Amino acid sequence: MSIFEYNGSALIAMVGKNCFAIASDRRLGVQLQTIATDFQRIYKIHDKLYIGLSGLATDAQTLYQRLVFRHKLYQLREERDMKPETFASLVSAILYEKRFGPYFCQPVIAGLGDDDKPFICTMDSIGAKELAKDFVVAGTASESLYGACESMYKPDMEPEELFETISQALLSSVDRDCLSGWGGHVFVVTPTEVIERTLKGRMD
Amino acid sequence: MSQAVVDVPPKGGFSFDLCRRNEMLSGKGIQPPSFRKTGTTIVGLIFKDGVILGADTRATEGPIVCDKNCEKIHYMAPNIYCCGAGTAADTEAVTDMVSSQLQLHCYHTGRVSRVVTALTLLKSHLFSYQGYVSAALVLGGVDVTGPHLHTIYPHGSTDTLPFATMGSGSLAAMAVFESKYREGLTREEGIELVCEAICSGIFNDLGSGSNVDVCVITKGHKEYLRNYQMPNPRTYVSSKGYTFAKGLTGFRFLLSHEDGCISISRCSWCLVKRF
Repeated sequence: MSIFEYNGSALIAMVGKNCFAIASDRRLGVQLQTIATDFQRIYKIHDKLYIGLSGLATDAQTLYQRLVFRHKLYQLREERDMKPETFASLVSAILYEKRFGPYFCQPVIAGLGDDDKPFICTMDSIGAKELAKDFVVAGTASESLYGACESMYKPDMEPEELFETISQALLSSVDRDCLSGWGGHVFVVTPTEVIERTLKGRMD
Repeated sequence: MSQAVVDVPPKGGFSFDLCRRNEMLSGKGIQPPSFRKTGTTIVGLIFKDGVILGADTRATEGPIVCDKNCEKIHYMAPNIYCCGAGTAADTEAVTDMVSSQLQLHCYHTGRVSRVVTALTLLKSHLFSYQGYVSAALVLGGVDVTGPHLHTIYPHGSTDTLPFATMGSGSLAAMAVFESKYREGLTREEGIELVCEAICSGIFNDLGSGSNVDVCVITKGHKEYLRNYQMPNPRTYVSSKGYTFAKGLTGFRFLLSHEDGCISISRCSWCLVKRF
């Protein structure tokens, strides 16, 4: 089995009209045994920047701690928050540095950039950036997620509709994946507010 | 007295500190991950006034298409561009790195960069990693000595050619070039031939797909034609799309942060309904 299938994960980020949404599942497992049903995969870097980390959970946590460290240093030196594009380049560089002994992690980065324009991006485990204008997915359920998002996504959705769409896409896909699921965690971020919701899904 | 180890940001280059752990994991039967590759068809040809580069836009992760419209023609210098095939992270990192080195060299010498400079920087980097940095490149540009087109293989060998193809679709594209290429093509003929070669890769090679990107470089001028041809539009798009009524998805907990204050509002409890 692949190293990515050790813990199991599912992550989506979608772009809406002047907003974005980022969602993850909540299961943490050790191969086929579930050991936690409230595992946090999406972390806040600053008010307008979120990162979700799929893959091996230990590497996700270590990588998150290194990124927070680098971002805090940046805040001290520059006296401002990092732009999402800059943060994506930072994550890409940190991952590529470990090219021959990588972190087993696939990040999904979502943020509001200049003029509150939504920005989403994902990378493979060695930092190859994929910038998308519509949606990005990562995790063990990624094949189902691609299919669900491809059909359910529409451009320029309002925050409420975006929430519904991303939740339906996430829950439909994780139902077809043994290693992810047990509900969902959705953040919908607009320039003025952040709404965090927990979804109830199939608990198997 | 205990010694504290401070994790300072490293000075650059590769770091190998997770290698032992990863080897231990693969010893236990856990396969390493597959990296994003750029399946790819990339081509270049020299025409009357300069160089034309072309590439498809599909990025794959195993059998899945992870990016339907990625950029494979990378900027090196105002007069030099490079197409990349192979592991996506490697092509992006190596072209970015050499592009920065070229710019520093340009400031140092006070002259416009030459294609052979980029070539030497790339080939020596790739050779020193003995093929482990898996980047196959088609480098093209126009400098004071004229138009140049080179291919660079992951192990560091290079060729200088009038027309070149690389990537999984290279055979399909080379077939087109071998039958239709001639010296002294005009700009329009050159672009048409490049598009035909890339389309041949797109339609016949499973690792290549989506759209055609073209870059035309002439003396003192360059034109990056992103998505020059889009021969794979999405057909049968449902005009209505899927709509989900508000309140369809049940959520357990609503926490909203508005301008710094947190409020917990009504909890709605219902099973998730599907359309």
